[in-house]
Amino acid sequence: MVDITPADGIPPAEIAEVELYHPHSWWTKYVFSQDAKVIAIQYSATATGIGLVALVLSWLMRLQLGFPGTFDFITPEAYYQFITMHGMIMVIYLLTALFLGGFGNYLIPLMVGARDMVFPYVNMLSYWVYLLAVLVLVSSFFAPGGPTGAGWTLYPPQAIMSGTPGGQDWGIILMLSSLILFIIGFTMGGLNYVVTVLQGRTRGMTMMRLPLTVWGIFTATVMALLAFPALFVACVMMLLDRVLGTSFFMPAISEMGAQLQHNGGSPILFQHLFWFFGHPEVYIVALPAFGIVSDLISTHARKNIFGYRMMVWAIVGIGALSFVVWAHHMYVSGMHPYFGFFFATTTLIIAIPTAIKVYNWVLTLWRGDIHLTIPMLFALAFIVTFVNGGLTGLFLGNVVVDVPLSDTMFVVAHFHMVMGVAPILVVFGAIYHWYPKATGRMLNETLGRFHFWVTFLGAYLIFFPMHYLGLMGIPRRYAELTDMTIMTESAHHLNSFISIMAFIVGFAQMVFLFNLIWSIRHGREAGGNPWRATTLEWQTPQTPPAHGNFGKDLPIVYRWAYDYSVPGAKEDFIPQNMPGSFGPSREPA
Amino acid sequence: MAVALVLVLIVVGSVLFHLLSPWWWTPIASNWGYIDNTIIITFWITGVVFSAVVLFMAYCVFRFRHREGSRAAYEPENKRLESSLTIITAVGVTALLVPGLFVWSRFVNVPSDATDVEVVGQQWQWSFRLPGKDGKLGISDTRDVSAENPLGVIASDPNGQDDVVVEAADLHLPVGKPVKMRLRSIDVLHDFYVPEFRAKMDMIPGSVTYFWFTPTRTGTFQVLCAELCGQGHPLMHGVVMVDTQQDYLAWLGQQQTFAQLSAPQQTGSADQAPGTMASGLKTAARLETVGSR
Amino acid sequence: MSVIIVFLLVIAGFAGWWLSHQGLMTKPWLEQGVASDLVGFDRSGLPTAKIGLGVFLAVVGCLFALFTSAYFMRMAVSDWQPLPLPRLLWLNTGVLVLSSIALQCTSVAARRGQIDTVRLGLAVAGLTALAFLIGQLMAWRQLTEDGYLLSSNPANSFFYLITGMHGLHIVGGMVGLGRTTAGAWSGARRERLRLGVELCAMYWHFLLFVWLAIFALLAGWAATFIDICRQLLT
Repeated sequence: MVDITPADGIPPAEIAEVELYHPHSWWTKYVFSQDAKVIAIQYSATATGIGLVALVLSWLMRLQLGFPGTFDFITPEAYYQFITMHGMIMVIYLLTALFLGGFGNYLIPLMVGARDMVFPYVNMLSYWVYLLAVLVLVSSFFAPGGPTGAGWTLYPPQAIMSGTPGGQDWGIILMLSSLILFIIGFTMGGLNYVVTVLQGRTRGMTMMRLPLTVWGIFTATVMALLAFPALFVACVMMLLDRVLGTSFFMPAISEMGAQLQHNGGSPILFQHLFWFFGHPEVYIVALPAFGIVSDLISTHARKNIFGYRMMVWAIVGIGALSFVVWAHHMYVSGMHPYFGFFFATTTLIIAIPTAIKVYNWVLTLWRGDIHLTIPMLFALAFIVTFVNGGLTGLFLGNVVVDVPLSDTMFVVAHFHMVMGVAPILVVFGAIYHWYPKATGRMLNETLGRFHFWVTFLGAYLIFFPMHYLGLMGIPRRYAELTDMTIMTESAHHLNSFISIMAFIVGFAQMVFLFNLIWSIRHGREAGGNPWRATTLEWQTPQTPPAHGNFGKDLPIVYRWAYDYSVPGAKEDFIPQNMPGSFGPSREPA
Repeated sequence: MAVALVLVLIVVGSVLFHLLSPWWWTPIASNWGYIDNTIIITFWITGVVFSAVVLFMAYCVFRFRHREGSRAAYEPENKRLESSLTIITAVGVTALLVPGLFVWSRFVNVPSDATDVEVVGQQWQWSFRLPGKDGKLGISDTRDVSAENPLGVIASDPNGQDDVVVEAADLHLPVGKPVKMRLRSIDVLHDFYVPEFRAKMDMIPGSVTYFWFTPTRTGTFQVLCAELCGQGHPLMHGVVMVDTQQDYLAWLGQQQTFAQLSAPQQTGSADQAPGTMASGLKTAARLETVGSR
Repeated sequence: MSVIIVFLLVIAGFAGWWLSHQGLMTKPWLEQGVASDLVGFDRSGLPTAKIGLGVFLAVVGCLFALFTSAYFMRMAVSDWQPLPLPRLLWLNTGVLVLSSIALQCTSVAARRGQIDTVRLGLAVAGLTALAFLIGQLMAWRQLTEDGYLLSSNPANSFFYLITGMHGLHIVGGMVGLGRTTAGAWSGARRERLRLGVELCAMYWHFLLFVWLAIFALLAGWAATFIDICRQLLT
């Protein structure tokens, strides 16, 4: 498959088969646009919008947990609907869509030196199908019976039974349909991201010269393409169970004294399918964050990322390993207990490449020239929260330790820290970093610092103490924590504290949104390369980049993405498209 | 400067919180002190790693912060450093994993002298079944569940006739005797969870799961459901009382067997309390009061 | 879950082979310029659309591998009662093979630029694929009339689900085939037509392969085969 032609003979990475699409009207330029940058902004805006809904839902849940009995409208039914929608939106419709659909679309073509994605029309469809999925999801709030309250894991049999809100109404049907649509839309987008990295790279851009951001998004997309089918299969089968009365996941059930028609299904089968998707999903969110944070640290510490090769291997290794650890979510699910030995081992092995990544980030700081810009602050905060959340993962991955801790608040604290707070901090850092490229203006510094400190410290204060509630044995997914002997008075106070912090952190996000909108017009002019970065997206002739990204000629890449503070070079950065040899220690090319 | 200070404060604060906060696990009441020990080992190793990484970061931020004219060092990689860090990590991970797997193999291998106790979960209450004099539980099937036979014991199995059925009431266990909890559900997933026993396991309709433990002290313990099972999930409480052998036998003597419970049915009194329905409705009624609060 | 693991191992094999050509061991900070030693690290010479379709087929393959995995997991339970496969499925298989052969001939013709043969081949492929779909629907009807309803037994549910999913993919392929056919009649550029035909052929061969695999699965041969493998291993 590899066609060995001399590098000079390879045509510049124009889109060969499909000519670059040129918009003819306002509609095709801004709405039904095939330009990856516009699609990226559409994805990001939609994801942020639905993410705000999920944020409000989390407030409502914290109201109930922090001040039980005070708010009449939060019935157990409503609580479970909030918790389910919050989880599903955050994991799938916000984080996955934002990292891959948002950052992937914006950064991949720019960073690999392409004019656009390779299949722009499919890319546009991807967004519209995603939007449809979001609309279907939102519509469940207005459906009879409300949205589903099955928990974001949607475990059958309860997900489609009458004891669960939305189980016998429209809620679960709309949720499953929305997920199916999301997966179809994502597959369209994912094909683009993967094939653009494979085929769209400009001359000289070898895989080992790619910024780690692209490596992270690329690997995550490959994983998502292989993992989402599992969710698709599970959703289709559950939809059939619910609508047509099949029994894929439904055994014989006696519900409230009445025998249901189902017979012979296996609830565990659903869990295997779900987590076969669900665990890679964690890394689908984490790997782009890993990649982006590597670039933020390197750029703002003015130092090449330490151990680039190791970082690439670790990304690929984590991606591959994450497909053989799924059942660590199922240690107490009643599956065969001997699986525990295997999955605990694989799970703890995956800690090694992850730890290497952490070391390399920290070692990049070592002897760097650290500019404490806002993106850098967010990157530092990411390391703290990610290390914290990753280490608590060692508790839960170690099968026997998981037994008392599973299904408690410890798990909630762990996954919020590691795949909620940490990646979201990267999202913020990335927005502060690339906003100047996308709009031509800087975000307001004062508001940014306020946003950073409140978000970072607030989130840490929410989730760090929460682990200890779990250690006490307080179960998760409890709409009320009353009548429990293990629940002490002080634990109730801690819950109130966590709730208040949640409101404060949520408020800081409003400041951030204001900053995003305000700075479009009033921010300081950024110029083309405000961070003095090396990668190709900062070398575009226009800022924001025009349609086609790079003007008349595509850039030619002469070096890797991390030539910062090279001895002998005049500046402390050398853009990837700058020819010439620098540095004393270089072997002849 | 401020950033470095905050990073140090995070480490110090987290450690102090861990040591001084009043939120800690409940006093253990089973033989699974091994699990607690494994958690302690894990806390030590992870705590050291967390402090080391964040403090090192704080030092870097302080020492290598940008100053006029400063320039970063140029060091693409350092193989020796990277491989030694990898090896140290691997050792640390092994130190976590090995004790964990040893305890797990104890956890999954039930001692031969453990007595069977069946727990049956349903929305939203707990019922129990103890083997009768023959020491064996009769087989059961969800299809046989009815108001008169809430646990779905198959009447044709002679082993089931003398089984003690405890419907929606407290379970008593003798102290110091290993028990194998055989877990069943007749509707959705549940999880039999007593925080003081540390052990838990999901119950799956259509199959029997298990875990085992030995109660080590007498007392009254609350049973919680630890797997989301519908809107009554947070109200699905139960009680396990760990008794001395004497008290236990006294309690056991008062319980009814399956044969006794199904006897009235043969005499034709159809108005026997419809157990399953009634208790399900009981929780449903409680839910309504919660809802209207 | 063994089927999907094996499937992923195959994918991982491809990925590893590709990665091994990307110079993962090189030290990129030492290499400057677009010199000739970077040959082969660049993109593949295959048309981008083909690579795109290849990636998509990997996703489709993953989907069916997961269905197969789920099927085997459910099959392992003792109350499993497979349904008798209608004879008609053999005929349908034959028709689908014909369809694939037709597209293969078409793609040879497209390479040689014989536009009339291309048109004929596309029409034959389209009609046979349509016949396959109708045949599948008739097989469904036959089964329902014999009392093997969708929800009466897990084996039945799986049968309808997997065949239905395969049918839906054929329907999706028909859309692509329809566009190529329209291009063949309205005089699309030769290279363009050739690419379209080749993509259709690739997709058809893949779906034929998937069909053969699920036919073997539903008929129970796949399970027998795996049992034999297992016995050989132990």
